[in-house]
Amino acid sequence: MAAEVVMRVWRGDSSGGAFAEYRLPAQEGEVVLDVVHRIQATQAGDLACRWNCKAGKCGSCSAEINGTPRLMCMTRMDQLPEGPVTVAPMRTFPIIRDLVTDVSFNFEVAKQVPPFAPPPRPEGGYRMAQVDIERGQEFRKCIECFMCQDVCHVIRDHEENKAHYAGPRFFIRFAELEMHPLDTNDRRELLRQREGLGLCNITKCCTEVCPEHIKITDNAIIPLKERVVDAAYDPVAWLGRTILRRRKASPNEAAAHGR
Amino acid sequence: MAEYETHDYDVIVIGAGGAGLRAAIEAKSRGLRTALICKSLLGKAHTVMAEGGIAAAMGNVYPEDNWQVHFRDTMRGGKMLNNWRMAQLHAQEAPERVQELEAWGALFDRTADGRILQRDFGGHRYARLAHVGDRTGLEMIRTLQQRAVALDVDVFMECKILRLLSDADGVISGAVGYWRATGDMVVFSAKAVVLATGGVGKSWKYTSNSWECTGDGHAMALWAGADLIDMECVQFHPTGMVWPLSVRGILVTEGVRGDGGVLRNAEGRRFMFDYVADMFREETADSEEEADRWYADHSAGRRPPELLPRDEVARAINTEVKAGRGSPHGGVFLDIASRRSPEYIRRRLPSMYHQFMELAGVDITAEPMEVGPTCHYMMGGVRVDAETGAATVPGLFVCGEAAGGMHGSNRLGGNSLSDLLVFGYRAGMGASDYAEGRTGTPAPNQAEIEHTVAEALAPFERDDGENPYELHHRLQDTMQDLVGIIRTGDELDQALERLDELVFLAGKVKVTGGRAYNPAWNLATDLPAMLTVSRCVTLGARDRRESRGGHTREDYPNADPEFGKVNLVQRQPSGGGMAEEIKIGPEPIPEMPPELAALFEEGH
Repeated sequence: MAAEVVMRVWRGDSSGGAFAEYRLPAQEGEVVLDVVHRIQATQAGDLACRWNCKAGKCGSCSAEINGTPRLMCMTRMDQLPEGPVTVAPMRTFPIIRDLVTDVSFNFEVAKQVPPFAPPPRPEGGYRMAQVDIERGQEFRKCIECFMCQDVCHVIRDHEENKAHYAGPRFFIRFAELEMHPLDTNDRRELLRQREGLGLCNITKCCTEVCPEHIKITDNAIIPLKERVVDAAYDPVAWLGRTILRRRKASPNEAAAHGR
Repeated sequence: MAEYETHDYDVIVIGAGGAGLRAAIEAKSRGLRTALICKSLLGKAHTVMAEGGIAAAMGNVYPEDNWQVHFRDTMRGGKMLNNWRMAQLHAQEAPERVQELEAWGALFDRTADGRILQRDFGGHRYARLAHVGDRTGLEMIRTLQQRAVALDVDVFMECKILRLLSDADGVISGAVGYWRATGDMVVFSAKAVVLATGGVGKSWKYTSNSWECTGDGHAMALWAGADLIDMECVQFHPTGMVWPLSVRGILVTEGVRGDGGVLRNAEGRRFMFDYVADMFREETADSEEEADRWYADHSAGRRPPELLPRDEVARAINTEVKAGRGSPHGGVFLDIASRRSPEYIRRRLPSMYHQFMELAGVDITAEPMEVGPTCHYMMGGVRVDAETGAATVPGLFVCGEAAGGMHGSNRLGGNSLSDLLVFGYRAGMGASDYAEGRTGTPAPNQAEIEHTVAEALAPFERDDGENPYELHHRLQDTMQDLVGIIRTGDELDQALERLDELVFLAGKVKVTGGRAYNPAWNLATDLPAMLTVSRCVTLGARDRRESRGGHTREDYPNADPEFGKVNLVQRQPSGGGMAEEIKIGPEPIPEMPPELAALFEEGH
């Protein structure tokens, strides 16, 4: 273990900034967040960063470490390459200060998701088989670190797309609801028109950075694309639906339901 | 004149963990103008870290389970110091609150016949914890968050509340704080205020708690004239990580033991068999063979001693380490690798697997974990009415960890998440009823606002002064060393002296930089609450001259029946603040009605 760690941390605000260098004695077993905390305590009290649980469970301390989105609390210093470690804020979101970004985009998208709408609860509670909820449970592991949003190039370099694109975090939210055995809402037209599902060209960048190892592209986005395409463009399915009069709520009705 | 923005609501809820979210959902569902205010982003509160599950006597796995058994377990776990009515309501209403979460989208693990699966935990007679692997808190907070969003609750994120505000008649009428992103001040006026601010663990060095757990609600309630009870009752969770040092204190779920993990000392001995207190002897296995039979079928043997209540296990680990039988890094070994298959461990305990693999380089499917006690939970808190969560000052309602009474002197695992739901709901109702019945427009005291804002901004004005980080470290050392898991009168007196000095220094903190997202300043504004709560804990610990639950006195090692009849009540009669006088004294705990008392007689 080297005797000293060198950190280059981005400091600044919406008007601009630069990397500042900090040198500290190395300590065994530390993660990047530990070093940031030591910088705060000893060299730069006002260095801004978000964190909460320090155990990879809350998704607060996302940053770009040596250029890659990672949780600072789960990135061990001794597993990074020798030499200075750069820590920068997530690039897709506007800067508040230093490592803290304005992630309100995500909370706005969350409001657009038509909520879960189950049938009335039967006596003794709902029954669901474990096998039928496992996919949904995979998506509900999401800790909302928003690193998938950060790395998604539909919005990373195209601010204009944010107005009509939900992003990977919310595609797994939609997928979870669409695959829920008890849900009665239909969100497929909403996904196609309002949430920009078609803009995703499945490069899997989101899956690569997910700290919960959720298979975002394979298990959520691609199946959603298939469902949306089936609903919107498959003539046989359309005919079948018309004849059988399988009735699900339209997206507008769904959005109204439960709000 | 201070500059600030203002907002007016019927109900404001401070804190957006499980309890705060549940309270806000209730108030909003009633059609009241409701604001939810939190120090972090929505969905990041400490509830997210809860692992094991939600205790609720649904009887899905053991049909013989019912609210009476859950009530009895809870009271015995709390060493009978609990508010019986809270424990009763909790046991009765938890199943409905869990079912409600499912109707809002939670996906709990299932039984073979499709119902909510329940797991074993310490102190619970039957498998009772509804769970999702070992990430139940995440499931709960996300479900409640999504429900609150669907109901369109107004959320004020990254907003730190400094003080509660009262009107001319002393009725709580709002709160003052600041936006962390800008440092700009903000005043809320409200007809009712719900405190759901969570715990106090950040005053200790080794804790499972996040930076937010600074006792803001406990302190703000005390400053506003409310009573606190049993603040000496702090839970040290038996199993926190001990190595590497930088992650020391991070929680290792009790689910590891519920799912078959055992504790061993350096000699390989399952030492918990040596620490079974008389109170639990009858229901605890006395051999490894019997304990191991129990996991598969609870009627084939008695419970393993690893699943005794947390206070018992934490003290045992502490004793083993002190006797020189600890692990290399000063803990003991928690072994599930030699007892369950790697597939089982990864399925039941996925986040424990990742936590140890990524932070400690330990594969828990192949080798034991090193664990030791970590400051985890505050049983004491604001004295509340069981039915409504009303504190002893009008207009104030408190729920979750900030409220006292429910857990007595020791909380059972799994009873926290259910507490948040049951009493979050009740405080939301209580506050809504109060707001609906309140006439006139709440008029927060202007002088209180001016004073609070000036005090909060003072650290920027000083030319020289104390570093807030350094004061915080000194506070953590003090509480860790002198007010930890085992306490003595001399050390508590020393702690009070040191706390007085730290309170003095905290009045001279200096911070540099601007107000926008400045963590040094944010910490400086957290210190008054941390110091106030630390004084309360230490005073309570000094005056409770007995050992009970989470409170252990080396100089008074036994439970004293007289102390078992009283809450230690603390209040600030002559002005609220970290440096103001705190009065403390015993007051009788409410007496249990005979039909409930009968549950503790023989044959149950």
